[in-house]
Amino acid sequence: MAFPVAAISTLAWRNLWRNHRRTLIMLLAITVGVWAMIFMASLMRGMTDQMVRNGLQTLPGEVQIHQRDYLRDPSVVNSMDAPGGALLARLQEAPVAAWAGRVRVPAVIASERGNRGVTLLGIDPVAEAALGSLPDELVAGRALDGPGDRGLVIGANLARRLETAVGKRVVIMSQDTQNNVAERGARVVGIYRARLQGSEDRYVYAGRAAVQDLLGIGERISEIAVTGHDYRNVAPWVPRIAAAAGTGLEVLPWTELDTFLGSMLVVQDGFALVFMVVVFLALSFGLVNTLVMAVFERVREIGLMQALGMRPGMILGQIMLESLYLLLLGLALGNLLALVTVKPLESGIDISSVAQGMEMVGMGTTLYPVLHTADMLMSTTVVIVLGLLASLAPAWRASRLDPVAALNKT
Amino acid sequence: MTDISCRNLCKTFHQGDATIRALDDVSLDIEEGSFVCLSGPSGSGKTTLLNALGGLDTPDSGEITVGGQRLDLLSKSELAQLRLNRIGFVFQAYNLVPVLSARENVEFIMQVQGVRARERRSLAAAVLAEVGLEDMEERRPAQLSGGQQQRVAVARAIASKPALVLADEPTANLDSRSAAQLMDLFVTLNTERGVTFVISTHDPRVMGYAGRLISMRDGRIVADERQQPHAMAV
Repeated sequence: MAFPVAAISTLAWRNLWRNHRRTLIMLLAITVGVWAMIFMASLMRGMTDQMVRNGLQTLPGEVQIHQRDYLRDPSVVNSMDAPGGALLARLQEAPVAAWAGRVRVPAVIASERGNRGVTLLGIDPVAEAALGSLPDELVAGRALDGPGDRGLVIGANLARRLETAVGKRVVIMSQDTQNNVAERGARVVGIYRARLQGSEDRYVYAGRAAVQDLLGIGERISEIAVTGHDYRNVAPWVPRIAAAAGTGLEVLPWTELDTFLGSMLVVQDGFALVFMVVVFLALSFGLVNTLVMAVFERVREIGLMQALGMRPGMILGQIMLESLYLLLLGLALGNLLALVTVKPLESGIDISSVAQGMEMVGMGTTLYPVLHTADMLMSTTVVIVLGLLASLAPAWRASRLDPVAALNKT
Repeated sequence: MTDISCRNLCKTFHQGDATIRALDDVSLDIEEGSFVCLSGPSGSGKTTLLNALGGLDTPDSGEITVGGQRLDLLSKSELAQLRLNRIGFVFQAYNLVPVLSARENVEFIMQVQGVRARERRSLAAAVLAEVGLEDMEERRPAQLSGGQQQRVAVARAIASKPALVLADEPTANLDSRSAAQLMDLFVTLNTERGVTFVISTHDPRVMGYAGRLISMRDGRIVADERQQPHAMAV
């Protein structure tokens, strides 16, 4: 005899609504629980996403190519030739969305009022703009107009510390390939504001050719930054770039360049799962109580079902199905609620009141929640799997009732 | 041909310090197509015997054979299967599923048996018409009187075409008129379909319908008489 799904489904659904109030309260609890799971996950995803994007936009790119010794000693000594041949061809085809070759060296910037250690970046502004790694907001002066621009664009915080401004001259110093001091005066042409104050202090932008000229390295560069279309999915195309780059160069994805950021994704998945499980554990008490009460109130009826010839497995199935209906309804409503509450917030939540604290973890003043289908699926899986597990005990007890005792229950 | 055979059934219950012998060495044979009443005062063992015959309760010792199957050799699922396909139950309290309509209650067993929807529906309609409830198919139990509910319970019991119907004080909660109608229905099913009826009762009017009257007291059969059945006077 086949399992009578239709018969059991009808019974389970109608039994669910026998006590409207209890079912609605439990449904509300599941809905709010599911919403909380997805909403919190979207906030966490938004935080991590922003941390990673900020991290990637402040220069690394999703993949970097440099000399094998560059990371150990990021000086001009470990520079590389501008890309050509097979590597250039590879950089110009999908899935590469943009790339930029840049000179990046430690330097000192000095004004008449003070000096600071900085990272000097010789860039091609057009290529960097395509990469999305230029500062967001220019607050004074102008942007660099090309690789040959001999002016400097510095951060607002650095300008404040150096007590300098647009139009003033500063001195920039670094080391050339012979370890001699290379220095020249340059005019501040622009002042930028970055999402992270630390970036404003650290990065000084100049035309790439001007920096190459300062360091006497000809056309050589320090690194090539590359981006694709999804920072979460760079692993498949890194080997192809590496093959084209040859053995003398190192090609690293951002997860290896910044292991803290890289580990954030994994840690966040774990946090989201733990949070969902904790929320559901709290919910499960209510769910089990609802089912225990439902079984307790229907002991005679369950005895009758047994007397009529329903096997224990069918009774178990009926109670489990009742629980499943409740869970599915709660999931549908919870997901819907999450959708209508998170979507409007995706344009950003102002968290400027805690901006200083958030900056320490690489975040700006606005939090952008991100609703991931994967999180909705994860919460659905957690709720269904744990929900059915929690329902097993009352369902099992119901299926094992002694029919005579059940029928005689008053 | 023997439909039910019991040998040396014993069943003991413990209530506090007291031990109650609900069945005390009961042996019995019931032929196919018979109409049997189990009579006796409350606590005489009628319901325990009925439950044991239906495989709902397990005796402490002894053997029961129903339709050639030894009940003590069957698993819980096999016993459920036997009840589903071979035995119909009618209880004292009407025991319908409150969330199902009269028709759905009748169809339920057939649905569990795997009978196709169209066949199920026409059978349920026919059986409900047979018990006089053709206009009340879509009513839920709460919308039916006691007598009507009991007739739905009978319709459900016979819809799956059982060879045996076990009825535990089926008229106890019915008025005289409904009780007479129900017993007439039982007799019709017994004579026209050859369904075996075993009915427990302490109502003398119900006993009058039986072709065989078994009296019990203190868990023992004290009398086993064949009689000429006669209808209840309403």
